Amino acid sequence: MSKAREARWRPGLADGPLHSEIFASSQDASGPGLALALACDALAVAAKEDDPLAEAEDRRQVLWVQDKRAVQLGGRPYHHGLPPDLRDRLIHVEATRPEDALFALEEGLKCRDLACVIGEVTGNPRALDFTASRRLSLAAEKHGVALWLVRLDAEPDLSSARMRWRASAAPSRPPLWNGDAPGKPAWKAELFRARSHAPGHWTLSHDKGQLAIRHPERPFIAAQDIGHLVRPTVGRSLAAVARG
Amino acid sequence: MLADARTVCPALKAVPADPAGDLAFLEKLAVWAQRWGPWSALDPPDGLLVDTTAAAHLFGGEARLLGDVEAAFSKRGLSVRAAIASTAGAAWALAHYGTRGTVVGPGQDAMQIMRALGDLPVAALRLDPDVLTVLRRLGLKRLGDLGNITSGAIDRSGQAADTAGRDALHRRFRNRKSPSANPLVRLDQLLGRVPEPLLPVVAQPVPMVQRRLMEPIRHRTLLDQVLADLAEDMARELEGRGEGARRLEAGMWRVDGEVIVRRLELASATRDPAHIARLFEEKLEGIEAGFGIETVRLRASWAEPLAAEQGDVEAAAERHGTSLSACIDRLAVRLGPDAVRRPVARESHLPERAQSWQPPLEPAPSASAPKNHERPLKLLDRAERISVLYASPDGYPQRFRWRGSVHDVARVEGPERIAPEWWREKSNVRLRDYYRIEDTIGRRYWIYRSGLAGDGRGGVPDWFLQGIAS
Repeated sequence: MSKAREARWRPGLADGPLHSEIFASSQDASGPGLALALACDALAVAAKEDDPLAEAEDRRQVLWVQDKRAVQLGGRPYHHGLPPDLRDRLIHVEATRPEDALFALEEGLKCRDLACVIGEVTGNPRALDFTASRRLSLAAEKHGVALWLVRLDAEPDLSSARMRWRASAAPSRPPLWNGDAPGKPAWKAELFRARSHAPGHWTLSHDKGQLAIRHPERPFIAAQDIGHLVRPTVGRSLAAVARG
Repeated sequence: MLADARTVCPALKAVPADPAGDLAFLEKLAVWAQRWGPWSALDPPDGLLVDTTAAAHLFGGEARLLGDVEAAFSKRGLSVRAAIASTAGAAWALAHYGTRGTVVGPGQDAMQIMRALGDLPVAALRLDPDVLTVLRRLGLKRLGDLGNITSGAIDRSGQAADTAGRDALHRRFRNRKSPSANPLVRLDQLLGRVPEPLLPVVAQPVPMVQRRLMEPIRHRTLLDQVLADLAEDMARELEGRGEGARRLEAGMWRVDGEVIVRRLELASATRDPAHIARLFEEKLEGIEAGFGIETVRLRASWAEPLAAEQGDVEAAAERHGTSLSACIDRLAVRLGPDAVRRPVARESHLPERAQSWQPPLEPAPSASAPKNHERPLKLLDRAERISVLYASPDGYPQRFRWRGSVHDVARVEGPERIAPEWWREKSNVRLRDYYRIEDTIGRRYWIYRSGLAGDGRGGVPDWFLQGIAS
């Protein structure tokens, strides 16, 4: 089996789907966080594969569409909290109704100057039925722009998304220098429907701009024991050392 | 000041000064005033100069022309003092200090001009106030006094005294090069001995195309067709000028005299007729045609330079998908201009002020990001109040309730203390201690305590949840 059509999903695969759905709770930001991490991963893979004549740095814009309820529940993207390479190329769209959000998503997918489109839609609106999701899939595949649609507090209904994830928060790995502080973001991700991969569970973490699988069976590498930073003074006080 | 004046005269009407608006009005007036001559120039703050050379006979002579000017201005509710002279300086002097409607006719030489203007004060020379003070101290009050000394033309009896006075005056002002600081230069300009170049005002007509229809139209499809044709015409018009439209106004005149105006703003300059027609289709929803629309007019009231492009180099790419500005235009027309925005950094320590929103294609201002501080992925529009359980009022939070569910804090980092911006906020605004926390199942939030216990700015500090980290 070729590397690209591997059954088991892992980050960094080349045949990234163009339409994915991520189901998450609106109580935390695991849905948009995982969507951003997957989008960054896909963009990095695409940049690596591109021809050498392409521009060194990807300056294409990223469209982030939220409906009104998603803004109320989860807030707006915050400039200083975004990944550094996306910070200056984000365009935010706030749609009042789900129909407007779908229109904005489709217009974004039709635009050749966008790197990817991220959407946040709350619940199961009537407008987002199988036809609408099929339209999004077709638009994404025709123009080659990837869509990551976050469904907040939604039931997984009928949809034509190529990969469907369920995301929730996972305890992060403690940082090296302060074991009591929250670490780099981590999520429990469940792939429950995919075209080319077998379903499965992963704990994913996004650290230093890289999406990685964390193996739960391996214990945390807690703050490493660096050893004594000061040489012990054996048997003599410091004052005695200074005198001698 | 104003209060004093109002006590004296209660019916006083006060209007704030608007110098920029006045200047804009003067520019419009200057273009309008070109009806009396081929070109006109501004004389800020309140004057206009029109060149009527060889144009007066069209109005039946200079006196009739002045009458026409007065009539036209009074019809528009403006009071005016007008005068005609053979130099701009002389006309200015007569309009400001002469009697109304004076004409110092054509074909007069410097002597005759001097005789006509001799009684005017030296302020009629357009001089700076300090020069006027000098002249007053020298005892030179009228133009005639100055003219006598500099030329010595009128009275030739005391020849020696005159030359001495002229030399003294030349010495006094020999370092003054600017005309408004040198009465001798001004006098020569007034008499036409030195040329005085003026900067004419040139009208920039707004690109405009229109269609008068033989039959009034009442149906949407026909109106769309007319607008598509107009967009084609507008594209040709704009291409000829090397410009692209940023704002377009479509005016539709109905048979019963009503005018319907629809305005369109574009994210970047464009003259693509298909794009413009498509955006107007969205805007024409719900137009009341009444008995029919007989004239449609399209104006580009804001245009920016846009170079001509070769069309078919990237034809394949053009067919594939829309450009970014076209995409933003479509979104802004359907969702409203405030719905499509870009977050940009702003210089501030307060988290909600450190980000501002601006139209997506404008250049971002430069601002530095907070260093070495983790910020959450998303920020709530308003920080939400939470109830927190803590061991000590200044200590770490242990458990909190937000939106009806209880979160047990497993890990915490902080506090990061952010003081209020005292230069723009009230003195009783409390400082904030921010904590990054993670609860037992791994949800990460950004919460703050507003104030300290016993800081004298309120009671027990409240806790707020402001950000949600990924």
